Amino acid sequence: MRFGGTYDGSSFFELLSSDYAGLRPDFSGLSESFDPAKLPHGTTVLAFKYRDGVLVAGDRLATEGHRVASRDIEKVFPTDSHSLMAIAGAAGPAIEMARIMRIELEHYEKIEGEPLELDGKANKLSQMVRANLPAAMQGLVVVPLFAGYDTRRSQGRLWKFDVTGGRYEETDYESTGSGGLYASESLKKSQSNDMSRGESLHSAVQALTDASDEDRATGGVDLRRGIYPIVCFCTDAGIDRVSDADVASVYRSVVGGGS
Amino acid sequence: MSMPFYVSPEQVMADKAEYARKGVSRGKSSVTLEFQGGVVLMAENLSSLMKIGEIYDRVAFAGVGKFSEFDQLRKLGVRYADTKGYAYSRDDVRARGLANAYSQAIGDAFTQQLKPLEVELIVAEVGDPGLAGHERNAIYRVTFDGSISDHEDYCVIGGAADDLDGFLRSEYQKDFSLGDAMRLGHRALERAVEGQPKVAPENLEVCVLERSRLGRKFHRLSTDTVREQLAG
Repeated sequence: MRFGGTYDGSSFFELLSSDYAGLRPDFSGLSESFDPAKLPHGTTVLAFKYRDGVLVAGDRLATEGHRVASRDIEKVFPTDSHSLMAIAGAAGPAIEMARIMRIELEHYEKIEGEPLELDGKANKLSQMVRANLPAAMQGLVVVPLFAGYDTRRSQGRLWKFDVTGGRYEETDYESTGSGGLYASESLKKSQSNDMSRGESLHSAVQALTDASDEDRATGGVDLRRGIYPIVCFCTDAGIDRVSDADVASVYRSVVGGGS
Repeated sequence: MSMPFYVSPEQVMADKAEYARKGVSRGKSSVTLEFQGGVVLMAENLSSLMKIGEIYDRVAFAGVGKFSEFDQLRKLGVRYADTKGYAYSRDDVRARGLANAYSQAIGDAFTQQLKPLEVELIVAEVGDPGLAGHERNAIYRVTFDGSISDHEDYCVIGGAADDLDGFLRSEYQKDFSLGDAMRLGHRALERAVEGQPKVAPENLEVCVLERSRLGRKFHRLSTDTVREQLAG
């Protein structure tokens, strides 16, 4: 690893672009005829507000066209102590983006001596999604959700993005990915911003179960293999991932005792 | 055309070394100590500019001398560590590699630049008992000419380093708690101050690499915590 370069700012993403171009993800080499469906794709993720902050959840399935690529992929990533990113779309570029985002926030904090505001973090992610536009035009679409607890405003907040880096703050809930529509329909009926932790966990598992019921590419709960969706709470105290056992027991009450 | 005077290389190096040594000794000292739960880095600091910084999960930095110069080196270290951790894995970022890189950079500046860097650095790493080959703490000291040395138990940089080294050698004990280490560090820093042998807790910058933390082990102690720890 080379020591010292020309870049002199606080962004890790720009540092890679400027001084370590070979390390920055670059998908421009893909030919026009390449079929993106041959790459694993993440399916359904969601985020919504509740009484103490935000909840972010995602199923575990990745698909390659009509095939299962992975049954237990992770799509929800803590990006620092008080923010999370959930990814849908082309899994390779999306997971790499989440990795760089986490380093980006930590890098800024170390260089500058203080962390970014939550707005600043969302804005940074927007620039990274925009930088992925050439790949998105070739079918490698990455559409993350970003959520976190704004310690200055003492509230949970969440954003969705489009492929051009467009950034939209949501007031209640958002879901994206192939089953996102069904999850949103479910959340529309069950979610409210003053729900308790228990109610919001129920709501999240319900929404993912509904999505997996309607969308074949969404994984839902796989009791036989013991694969459960990832559900994370983000509050003033930080990020807390719900245990598989808790998700399983909520799932049983969602589907009505059986299975 | 005028002929440049001949100056022997020995003389050039001696002059540069004296210049750099003077620059370093003008600033306050900084002390790093191992304790049971990790490594603590301390510096007397009257300003809000930081002399101690986080480099990576288990690696911290302390600098003395000219602020602009060592802060630039700190940033280079963060860039080096983050890039290395991204290209390989987080566990591959080690203090030794970074200390070597600093040694090269500072040594090159010393021989090639007209003005040497007026800095002295510590790169400290806390061990991780769960990671084979990474169990032990490490403390490296890099001086203005690029010389590098590794230290056990404690290390002092800055003007009064030689005097404080002897003091710490006689006072340091292996089984120190954080409070013990901080009290000794505090006494050492007070010894370094001529004329006014008091260093108030609000003028102490204290950062800890705490072994029991998950992930990023570096954290900065608030003045209140410093006061509590020093009170014992």
